[in-house]
Amino acid sequence: MSILVFIEQRDGQLRPVSREALGEAVRLAAALGGPVVGVCCSASDPGLASLGEAGADQVVFAQHEAFATYDGAGYAAAVAAAVKQVSPAAVLFSASALGKDLAPRVAARLGVGLASDCTAVSTDGGKLVATRPIHAGKAFQKIAFPLSPALLSLRPKVFAAAAAQAGKSATVEALAFTWDAAAPRAKVTGSTGAQGGRPDLTEAEIVVSGGRGLKGPEHFALVEELADALGATVGASRAVVDAGWRSHGEQVGQTGKVVSPKLYVAIGISGAIQHLAGMSSSRCIVAINKDPEAPIFKVADYGIVGDLFEIVPALTAAVKQLH
Amino acid sequence: MLQVVCIKQVADTETRVKVAADGRTLDPAGVTWILNPYDELAVEEALRLREKLATGEVVVISLGAAAVATTLRAALAMGADRAIHLKNDTPSPDSLAVARALADAIRPLSPGLVWFGKSAVDDDAAQVGAMVAELLGLPGVTVAAKFEHQGASARVEREIEGGREVVEVALPAVITTEKGLNEPRYASLKGIMAAKKKPIEERAVELGAANLEILSLELPAPRAAGRIVGEGAAAVPELVRVLREEAKVI
Repeated sequence: MSILVFIEQRDGQLRPVSREALGEAVRLAAALGGPVVGVCCSASDPGLASLGEAGADQVVFAQHEAFATYDGAGYAAAVAAAVKQVSPAAVLFSASALGKDLAPRVAARLGVGLASDCTAVSTDGGKLVATRPIHAGKAFQKIAFPLSPALLSLRPKVFAAAAAQAGKSATVEALAFTWDAAAPRAKVTGSTGAQGGRPDLTEAEIVVSGGRGLKGPEHFALVEELADALGATVGASRAVVDAGWRSHGEQVGQTGKVVSPKLYVAIGISGAIQHLAGMSSSRCIVAINKDPEAPIFKVADYGIVGDLFEIVPALTAAVKQLH
Repeated sequence: MLQVVCIKQVADTETRVKVAADGRTLDPAGVTWILNPYDELAVEEALRLREKLATGEVVVISLGAAAVATTLRAALAMGADRAIHLKNDTPSPDSLAVARALADAIRPLSPGLVWFGKSAVDDDAAQVGAMVAELLGLPGVTVAAKFEHQGASARVEREIEGGREVVEVALPAVITTEKGLNEPRYASLKGIMAAKKKPIEERAVELGAANLEILSLELPAPRAAGRIVGEGAAAVPELVRVLREEAKVI
């Protein structure tokens, strides 16, 4: 049985999250036997043959001029057609903005269950078992799939891409599907950038977050300077977002973004339970706080107790000296 | 225009999760139940549109056991006109089964807009809104951070990585709501009193066979105890050293 992987592109560029999904598909295919097949929706070929190096044996390509931008109903029709053609044991999506919209649509069309935002996948006697966080990571569900195929979306930055198979090329085949582009629809007409070139919180390697310990929105410059030195994305606690210091898009926690970067730096954040839920799956956590009893120190790998207004500039200077 | 808002009762975000005796579900003892925070945004946006158009009706729908009535009352107190309670004592963790029950209840209402929160803060599945769009055959936009009604269509901005997508969506449509869309109102005393007289229609629903099977619910392994590398700016060189040499993250 094959594993089908949804291959994401934006503006004709393949997105790195799809290499993570392909990496997991390679591991599952090794356990279950069978090829790794990609399915991509695009107006033009974004270089699908090159996905052989990332582990794809074959890619079915749903080409439509309307697929220059995302169309949930159109993409879902194409992916459902690919499932009928390929008959995979499982379909993997990335739990990206696009994948979170698309995967449930495909599940509804196929009439099967979907385990979303999974952080681990295993095989047990040929059956898939997905692990996924609930309550923003305060607990984890293990899920089995009574129907076929199993649908899973994978949390970005959790699954490793496969070792590159240099020179391997995937065969690319056109996919036949039906979709009425003239029906009433949700049409993407443009986009706006918001974060000034920094990667999105959910896809960042390093996140530097600030909280109420900064005492005012003007002091977030300290957080931004450290983030710039580290090549990191800026996050914020709910307290400072609710106070209007920072935008909702930067909130880390149960009612904000859930992040799993390799390094998370919490500055002046005490560590409310809903914040800890959103970042405690980070690989390495650093806390800087004046209160040695702050809950953030219970999840931090490394901490410095003291005045952030002295510590953070010193840290920024030290990081700059490394480069 | 009739608008439907689908809402869910969830455990408060300050809840300390404990696993129930069945090993598969949340222990409800001591949990405070609230209207899902993202669903508040959906209720608010529907109310604002009804107020702007000065016509129409806002119907809230929720699926769950008897206790869900308090959450429906909370939405009625914000200003929704009436409620439909799809009663089921063993609510399924299975989004597709829930989406099918909701779609069946929504279809005969022929709404102009169907609203959901972008996800529920309990199971974090973020599935039901997009599934209902597919099941109803309606256009859908998820994770809306801005909404402008334009008669037969709407202009919606949805959050994506690093920015927003602008979407023109034909109505009727399904929209799921993200923080930043609006600031939900608090129910006024007058609203709370009025809600007591508003109708909640109860209907028993069956959810059918499960599409997913929950094997277990487990608490995460506690993180290994970290260490304080020092106090004040003097500790910075040691922090940089351990991040480079032990953690290898910078």
